Amino acid sequence: MTDQAINESGSESVRSSTVSDDAFRGRLKRRHAADRRFRLIGLGAILVALTMLGIILVSIVGKGYTAFVATEIMLTVDLDRSVIDPKGTGDPAVIGAASYGKLIRDAMMAAFPEVKERRKLRSLFGLVSGEASHEIRQYVLDNPDAIGTRQAFWFPADDNIDMLVKGHIDRKSAEGDRKVSNDEIAWVEQLEASGAVRTVFNSRFFSSGDSREPEIAGVWGAVVGSFFMLVVTLLLSFPIAVMTAVYLEEFAPKNRWTDLIEVNINNLAAVPSIVFGLLGLAVFLNVMHLPRSAPIVGGLTLALMTLPTIVIAARAALGAVPPSIRQAALGMGASPMQTVLHHVLPLAMPGILTGTILGMARALGETAPLLMIGMVAFIVDIPSGVMDPATALPVQIYLWADSPERAFVEKTSGAIMVLLGFLIFMNAIAVLLRKRFERRW
Amino acid sequence: MSQALADRTARTGVPDDDIAVSGRDISVFYGEKQALFDVDIDIPRQQVTSLIGPSGCGKSTFLRCINRMNDTIPGCRVTGELFLDGEDINSPRIDVVQLRARVGMVFQKPNPFPKSIYDNVAYGPRIHGLVKNRGEADEIVERSLEKAGLLKEVKDRLQEPGTGLSGGQQQRLCIARALAVGPEVLLMDEPCSALDPIATARIEELIEELKANYTIIIVTHSMQQAARVSQKTAFFHLGQLVEAGLTERIFTSPEDERTQGYITGRFG
Ligand SMILES: Nc1ncnc2c1ncn2[C@@H]1O[C@H](COP(=O)(O)OP(=O)(O)OP(=O)(O)O)[C@@H](O)[C@H]1O
Ligand SMILES: [Mg+2]
Repeated sequence: MTDQAINESGSESVRSSTVSDDAFRGRLKRRHAADRRFRLIGLGAILVALTMLGIILVSIVGKGYTAFVATEIMLTVDLDRSVIDPKGTGDPAVIGAASYGKLIRDAMMAAFPEVKERRKLRSLFGLVSGEASHEIRQYVLDNPDAIGTRQAFWFPADDNIDMLVKGHIDRKSAEGDRKVSNDEIAWVEQLEASGAVRTVFNSRFFSSGDSREPEIAGVWGAVVGSFFMLVVTLLLSFPIAVMTAVYLEEFAPKNRWTDLIEVNINNLAAVPSIVFGLLGLAVFLNVMHLPRSAPIVGGLTLALMTLPTIVIAARAALGAVPPSIRQAALGMGASPMQTVLHHVLPLAMPGILTGTILGMARALGETAPLLMIGMVAFIVDIPSGVMDPATALPVQIYLWADSPERAFVEKTSGAIMVLLGFLIFMNAIAVLLRKRFERRW
Repeated sequence: MSQALADRTARTGVPDDDIAVSGRDISVFYGEKQALFDVDIDIPRQQVTSLIGPSGCGKSTFLRCINRMNDTIPGCRVTGELFLDGEDINSPRIDVVQLRARVGMVFQKPNPFPKSIYDNVAYGPRIHGLVKNRGEADEIVERSLEKAGLLKEVKDRLQEPGTGLSGGQQQRLCIARALAVGPEVLLMDEPCSALDPIATARIEELIEELKANYTIIIVTHSMQQAARVSQKTAFFHLGQLVEAGLTERIFTSPEDERTQGYITGRFG
């Protein structure tokens, strides 16, 4: 047989079908259909995920946005000299010790002269927050000249009144089913009619610590606590993790020991965070006797947790640096350390930083280990250092979510929004870093 | 002894004191696998020696022995003796950092640092402390780029990234980078494999110019290139040095029939 003959008869007999006959076209159609189905399934999956995300966001924002505004009630207060400073000493100690609650009560009674009954008076006085007397005191201490005058003040409303004004309490429901009485509703409506009720931006929410009174509770204490904790975590975990990754990736021989270390680091990254909390409790509190509920302990514990995450990210980033760069540097006579410091590490840095930020974001949202080391305590003061008692944002959310007051529901959602804000911010930085330093070799 | 010397001189065509690199019984193992078998070779000073042979025969492996880049490959083991100017480079007294400053390398694939053109060239002098100030660095960068025949093309954009150059320009940048340190020996592993004929011609010209001052060892798959640029040629096959000698002789009257087969294209 000649070559040509083999060719011709071969294509006839070996292949029963060609790429242009009908059977092939039918198969082609099925392949394209499968392709389309595959794409549709992918789209569906994304849609489901986005819907879930949307539901979460809508429910949180819907419940929480009102936490960012606060109801205030205007009262005209008579800064009576006989109450504040009867002897006219002008001494701040005397002025500071005066009963400002009485001034508020007097102002209330002046605004509602028809209310006489003791029990009703008590609930009348409760329209404004207990914080009101502190505000007046502060005002008088700052402006001693105002003693003896009459001034209009906007005071934060009590949390239940706040809820009522924001519409979270149904005014039409039976009196026994709601936290505010008919009297209180009538008074508020009277105040509303005279323009003495307003809702303003709730700056207190962003500037004060926790409180038993929802209307004056804020997230700032938790934000600062979280910040100190993350600083400790970052300062500790970043250098250790990067050094670990550099050593393992660039210097360590590949043998059984390094394999073992690698497996263990991967395992560590998968350990539930509560276990790290228990470890922190055992080591940092029981052995090292560090202060309970301090950011330093939280930071140390979270550093343990974040370490493997950063190590893994850093190793991946180092491994992605092309070997030709190392060869080039070594071939020039750079020492191994110079090769790493001058070339490999700078090239891997965006990846390492991205991993670090994601690890930090995870640490920021972590609650369970902090509960184990006592960061769940009720703390009013804003911490001023890593040794001060503090709480953290997710723990604050946990605490508020656990509180019975209706007003804490919106605080909880508000705090979640603040936390999500920080997380989105951090992730955005990570994405930005990746985009900014994306390299082509 | 004098007989051996005479033999060698006859084989390589150069007197002994003009040998820059000489290898004795060099074997290289990658783990269990042996890639080079007892290579004996002498490479003359200030000439171009080309290494030819089929793919996988150990040319790059041998090249990496000369600047000890094999050290950086996990599991790679080198035995035998390799002398650079009479010094055993595998002896513990040799500092690889210094060795690699004396033996520059240009890799098969251009691998400039993702830094500016200027920093690419200035890097070697900087890490070896060869320049004391900006002025000296400027001068060295300019001189090296000039020698590599790249200066004209990049004079106005020294601060632009070296990775933004064309393939041929990148390869010349890598040559300039290697030259900046002032090496005695220049190893080039298939420097033209990714280049068009014009860039190749440019680099061959460059090699021609450089050989006045450097000992050059070049790996190439192109017989024509070997014939054009080199004075000495060594033919490797399956990890063995089959034949080495004057290029002219290797290409006109090879002693070994494997060499004969390779250069006439019967196998490869
Ligand atoms: N890093 C390595 N690990 C294991 N084996 C290797 C390694 N580098 C090279 N080898 C082996 O050593 C032998 C010689 O390889 P080498 O790279 O020196 O060949 P070469 O002559 O340069 O080939 P080419 O012309 O294709 O570049 C080959 O069989 C190769 O498989
Ligand atoms: Mg090679």
